[in-house]
Amino acid sequence: MGTEFGYYLEMAVRSLRRNPVLTALMILAVALGIGACMTTLTALHVLTGDPLPGRSGSIYMPRLDPRAADTGEETTPPVQVTWTDGMALLHARRATHQALMVGGSATIRPDDPGMEAFITSGRFTTADFFPMFGTPFAFGQGWSDAEDEGRARVAVISDALNARLFDGANSVGRVLHVNDASFRIIGVLKPWRPVPHFYDIYSGEYAKAEDIYVPLTASRDTELPRTGGVECWGAGSTEESDMERSTCTWLQFWVQLDNAQAKQAYATFLEGYAREQHAAGRFERNLPTALTGVQAFLDERHVVPSDVRLQFWLASGFFFVCLLNTVGLMLAKFLRRAGELGVRRALGASRRAIFAQLLFEAGIIGFAGGVIGLGFAVVGLALVRINPDRSAQLAHLDLPMLGITFVLSVVAAMLAGLFPAWRACQVPPGLHLKSQ
Amino acid sequence: MLDIRPILSTLHRHKVTAVLLVLEIALTCAIVCNAVFLVRQRLDWMNISSGVDEANVVDVRPVNIGETPDMHGRVKETLAALRTIPGVDHVTLSNQIPLGMESWNSGIKLDPNVASPAMHVTNYYGEDLLKTLGSGLVAGRDFRADEYAWLDDVTLGRKDAVIPHVAIVTEFVADRLFQGDALGKTLYYDDIPLRIIGVARNVVRPSVFDRSTTYGSIILPVRMTEGLGATYIFHTRPGQSDSVIKAAVTKLRELDPNRVILSKRHFSEVRDAFFASDRAMTHLLVGVCIALLIVTALGIVGLASFWVSQRRRQIGVRRALGATRGDVLRYFQTENFLLATMGIALGMVLAYGINIVLMVRYELPRLPVTYLPLGAVVLWLLGQAAVYAPAHRASRVPPVEATRGN
Repeated sequence: MGTEFGYYLEMAVRSLRRNPVLTALMILAVALGIGACMTTLTALHVLTGDPLPGRSGSIYMPRLDPRAADTGEETTPPVQVTWTDGMALLHARRATHQALMVGGSATIRPDDPGMEAFITSGRFTTADFFPMFGTPFAFGQGWSDAEDEGRARVAVISDALNARLFDGANSVGRVLHVNDASFRIIGVLKPWRPVPHFYDIYSGEYAKAEDIYVPLTASRDTELPRTGGVECWGAGSTEESDMERSTCTWLQFWVQLDNAQAKQAYATFLEGYAREQHAAGRFERNLPTALTGVQAFLDERHVVPSDVRLQFWLASGFFFVCLLNTVGLMLAKFLRRAGELGVRRALGASRRAIFAQLLFEAGIIGFAGGVIGLGFAVVGLALVRINPDRSAQLAHLDLPMLGITFVLSVVAAMLAGLFPAWRACQVPPGLHLKSQ
Repeated sequence: MLDIRPILSTLHRHKVTAVLLVLEIALTCAIVCNAVFLVRQRLDWMNISSGVDEANVVDVRPVNIGETPDMHGRVKETLAALRTIPGVDHVTLSNQIPLGMESWNSGIKLDPNVASPAMHVTNYYGEDLLKTLGSGLVAGRDFRADEYAWLDDVTLGRKDAVIPHVAIVTEFVADRLFQGDALGKTLYYDDIPLRIIGVARNVVRPSVFDRSTTYGSIILPVRMTEGLGATYIFHTRPGQSDSVIKAAVTKLRELDPNRVILSKRHFSEVRDAFFASDRAMTHLLVGVCIALLIVTALGIVGLASFWVSQRRRQIGVRRALGATRGDVLRYFQTENFLLATMGIALGMVLAYGINIVLMVRYELPRLPVTYLPLGAVVLWLLGQAAVYAPAHRASRVPPVEATRGN
């Protein structure tokens, strides 16, 4: 096998070098196709990724419809909850973990007089946010339920903010001045970025994870400005001091349910809660509740930009044209060598041996196309990242995609070579010997 | 054209390669037609009018840190100070800027007893907003100073405060909801009745969720407070936008050193940011089209060269029998023309197929028929250009080839 491999390789290289122009054309066609395909496939792969690998299967968003009877025909329950319902569900503690949250902005006022104040993104949430989403900690830890209840002025900060403020040193115990309040840092996260930003798509579907996390209760006490989507009905107004009582949905609520049983139990509980609220006159519409999983939620909201899919199909079409091109060129190349192949056949080479040799040649073209195509993809992705869309910034080639590039390239080139190789093997040896 | 018969019989003997080439041309034609159509759509979209005097509008957006007592006085004082900047025609504090991507939206009703709104619109606030944007009225009048209400008075339901009772709508809203006759009519915003006193030239929304209501905007007599995304918008005298931005930032910081300037932009930057992903997509589509045409041309060159080298002897025979170089050249050109024509015919069917899929999945309009002859011409020219070198080489084959063994 080893010697055969070496022999085929030598033959292939020799044959490819005999028609350098044709060879170059084939490699270029494969490379262009692969480059375009991998660029768009990578973009698609990044954007359709699992935001919480290994976890997202057990994370759900409980959904209620507390809206007024005259809401219209909209029957899909809102994706956010009111303060009243959020707090009720949070305190019911029916799930393994549950967290209520809202996005916000925080003006950080560094102690260092040389640094200007700056605004960054914040998340005001409850204790389970960290264990539920599995946020990795570099230093310290999250807070507990007691600190939520005690409205403690504590904060967890991101790796990026820690680097900016404290040069990446362990800042646990330091005090951070945010707006008009002070928070004690109790945890520093490692770099963490769920893609998409599933837990609050109103903050941007592909937003970065926040820089500072503080207890929801404390954020209300200190009047940190809230951001994100709000839907109101009836007398609901978005006046900040009224948000806890208003008939508006403005908080996100997520729970962790570890198995089908737990999910079933929670669904029953949620249904019961909605019925109670309807009986009490709070929920006017009496619509069914829902437990939506992470992936189902992203699908429902069409989070992946449709342009990205369109680009992928376009690139696939392009790749297909490139392959058609390669099939034609290989056919030309292999048939041109009918004479040489005839000699080999006459000298006793089997059809299979010749077929294998031609396919080997195709594989080499594929491999070379893959190498150059990879270069095209790297350039392509750099061009994609010029796009100021936040989602585009994420497009980077990772190791699995690198592997796929080569496999796809070699397999595609060999598939393209199948038919030309078969045709070349059909040539009866005698015919070409004669015409020589 | 007399050559067609022998060409067809030759092609018949090279069925497979011929079919491959036809397929390649067909796919290229189909993809290029649709891609060019997509580009056209994007360009039309990117060129929509904003209704803003774009060259002379800038905005500066501050954020306050800490308590800001007496918001009304603060805004009045700031506006007065900003107005004194040389080069400023008008200035206002608005809740949003056209194409700014952050928007305030609501449903308006024509009948308060109907549950679902007649139209979803965006609501612009800010004193003298229309003048500042460089837009204007096509009918009716602008707001009077006594008609303006403060936003926080309205949302807090402060007693004795003025609440809005009039509104200005865009031509688009007037046409859609009132068949163009909107003056004096009433619309309900948050169940508050508002009499329409003016119809403005179309002003685009800050974010367009549904392109059928791109200009679905209303302007309310509301004075904005700082915060909540509010931004100071300026209308500058021609050529003074740069200096106005610089002076405005200095002035805002001077008035309150605790202000953080979140952004300062020329309107052209606002517009560029709004259409950034469309522009990127356009570049990508154009890039793919060019790459496709190049690959197809290379394929034609490759196969034509192969055919020429395969037929050297036949060409020699024809030349020996009296065919001129021109005859041989034309032979290969005609062959290519025939193949391209077949590819184009198939490609048009494919183009329509792809277009139907796009129409269903991406809500695109139907491909106009004019794109097809355009695609055909492009591919014919491409084919002729690509085949010229191999055909020229063929015409150089000397008659003596007829006597060679190969």
